Parts: sequence; structure tokens; C-alpha cells
Amino acid sequence: MSQQEIEVILSRHLAEHLAMPIFIVDPDGNMLFYNEPAEAIMGIRYQETGSMPAHEWSTLFQPTEQDGTPIRPEELPLMLATMKRHPAHRRFWIHSLDGAQRQIELTAFPLIGQAERYVGAIAIFWEIAE
Amino acid sequence: MKATLWGTRGSLASPGPDTVRYGGNTSCVSVVGSQGTLLVLDAGTGMRCLGLDMPPDLRRVDILLTQLHMDHIQGLPFFAPLRRPGVEVHIYGPASTTLTLRSRLMRYLSPPLFPVSLRELPVELHYHELPPDIVEIGEFTVKAQLIIHPNPTVGYRIESERLALTYIPDHEPALGVFTFPHSKEWTSGFDLAEGADLLIHDSQYTTEEYRNRVGFGHSSLEQALGFAKLAEVKELITFHHDPSHSDEMIDRMLAESLGELRPDFKVTPGMEGLEIVVGS
Repeated sequence: MSQQEIEVILSRHLAEHLAMPIFIVDPDGNMLFYNEPAEAIMGIRYQETGSMPAHEWSTLFQPTEQDGTPIRPEELPLMLATMKRHPAHRRFWIHSLDGAQRQIELTAFPLIGQAERYVGAIAIFWEIAE
Repeated sequence: MKATLWGTRGSLASPGPDTVRYGGNTSCVSVVGSQGTLLVLDAGTGMRCLGLDMPPDLRRVDILLTQLHMDHIQGLPFFAPLRRPGVEVHIYGPASTTLTLRSRLMRYLSPPLFPVSLRELPVELHYHELPPDIVEIGEFTVKAQLIIHPNPTVGYRIESERLALTYIPDHEPALGVFTFPHSKEWTSGFDLAEGADLLIHDSQYTTEEYRNRVGFGHSSLEQALGFAKLAEVKELITFHHDPSHSDEMIDRMLAESLGELRPDFKVTPGMEGLEIVVGS
């Protein structure tokens, strides 16, 4: 397996040291890594899943609006950041894999490396306790 | 492919009686291919002596800078071929988001830091910003990739005739990693070094020193050995010796680490003047 881009490696190292939930994808939206705080919200451990194709993770958590309307994968902030290469933000609900319904707020932004290299995107999110 | 080490010291030139064997000049390595193509890896103070060794009929030289810290560019204006009219000089280095490679080099190569400006040199200068990742130079295929070190820094993998030399003189792949070496996929520089016949790699610190220098952008000897093992290289040359380390101390570091870790690949201490035929 070839090495990840250096900006992605550094992002993972940073994520591993932060207490904020973080999710990292490659330029095609495939999930590369999520940290321990993210595991707690998603209800599954990275060691169990490893990396995941975009079509898999974007539907796995059954994202919905407040009223239960499903959100299409291409409307998710992380997919928007990946496809349009600009920041995106949204509050929505997910069905965590531990069975809980959680409302989260998520900000995603593209990772642009030196020489305008697009190397992936990052999502920072947190649970909304109301 | 033959490599010659003209400067092996890191951070600051450190000549003196305590550094005679490993040398006091900063990073500079020449690589000559079977068809005579010359690559110069970094332009530290060792570059001055390399310049004196150049044939008078030299027409072209390709200088591959890993970064623009002073210990990697200070020898550039003292490189004799740069004062010979008509020589074609190609300088490669990492791109920046703000200034061109030429502009950044001119910060040093202009008054008041240096009396002569780059544009006053009589040679034909060409600048190449990296990436692109792959560059063909004569018989060499050169791959450049960003690696972990403060400010944009690249490492190089030079291939010719099924041989590979990897040059990563300033590198901290252990930065932020809880246990090093980590997986291949998540290790800076792995693609450059994988299976290389010769790896020239940062080994600046002792393990103890590294604990107090995390984030400085360098490796301990132990980490260099771990990285070389992960990448399954055939030979490691230790490089970028700390300016405070005497010959005796470098000998001791090597003896202790090799005795403890017992690598299954060849380890050669990087000494100024050392010539290596890659793959021999």
C-alpha cells in the first residue's frame, strides 16, 4: 500500500492528539481515518472498520434532517467539501452504530497542499445536546 | 550510479579537531550516473569542495535542493561552476504558496546577506519548483515528495538502471506518532525510501536528545534505523550529524544503536569524502 500524502499524514497525527471528533477523507471522499472522539459519536471504532469507500460511510450512519427526511450523500458537508473544494457546514442527525440517534453539527473543509494539490478533506464535528 | 558525500553535518558547519573524520561541512552529495549526468543534492557548505572537483568543460549541472534552510544553501554561491559563463544550471526545490523559488533563494543571495546577487551570475539559470513529483534528468528518474520537516521540504528518490538512491537529509517521520515506526501507509517518506538500494537519512540525535527536540524536524539514529527497516532498504547512510557531536560521540552512538537494534541491512556512517557505488 502506498503512502498517504504528507498533509494527510500530518492531519491524522494532529487528529490523534485532539479531543475534538475528526474525520479525514481522500480526494474521492473515501474515509481514511477518524479519531477516538469521533468513534464515540459514530459508535464504532476505527480499528474495526479501517478505511471505508465514500458510498459506504455516507449512507452507513443514515443522516437525516430534524424531521427525519433522509439527506443524500452529495448533500453532506464532507462530500460538498470534497466535490466543490470549499468549506461546508450543517446540523443534522445520524444513526450511530451503537444504536443511538445523535444530532451533530459538522464543519468540513478541503485540504489544499503546496502547489495547489488537493489531497482530501477534513470534518470536525460535535454532538448537539439539547 | 556513484554518490559522493561532500558535507554530512546538520544545521551548522562545525569544522574543528573533533569533527575531522565525519566532517564539518553541511549537506551536499553528488550523484553521477553511468552516462555522466551530474546531480547535486543540496548546496550546503560541502558544495564548495565539490565545485573545485568539477571538470573545466562542465556544461550542465542539476542542483536538487530539499529545502531552503541555510545549511542547505550556504555553499551555492561558492560553487565554482556558477562563475563560469555558459554553464547551464538547473535548480530544483520545493514550491511555496507565497514566493517563487528564485525569490526565496535571493533572500540569501543578495545584499546585505551576500555581496553578489543571483542575477549577476554569468551562468544560465533555470528554476524548477516541486512538485511535479517526477522529473527526468539525463539517465535519472527523480521523484520528489514532501516530507515532515518545518517549512516546505522534499526528499528525493533517484533511479537509474534499476537502482534507487533515496536522499532525505532532514526528516522527522516520528513527529506526532505514539509508536514509531508506524504503518507504511502513514509514514512520511515511505514511498521515497521503499526498497531503496541506498538511503541517506537524517540521524541527527541520540534517543535522549530527541525527547527534548520534538518538532525540530529531525530524527534520532534509532528512528533512522527504524525507518530504514520499515522501508526495507539495502543500505542506510547516517547523515546530518548534530553540530555538537564529535567523531567519538558519533562512533559511540552507532556502536550502541547497532549493538542494540542489530539491523539486517548494511549501515554506513556518513563521512565527508565517502564515495559509494550504489548497489555494489
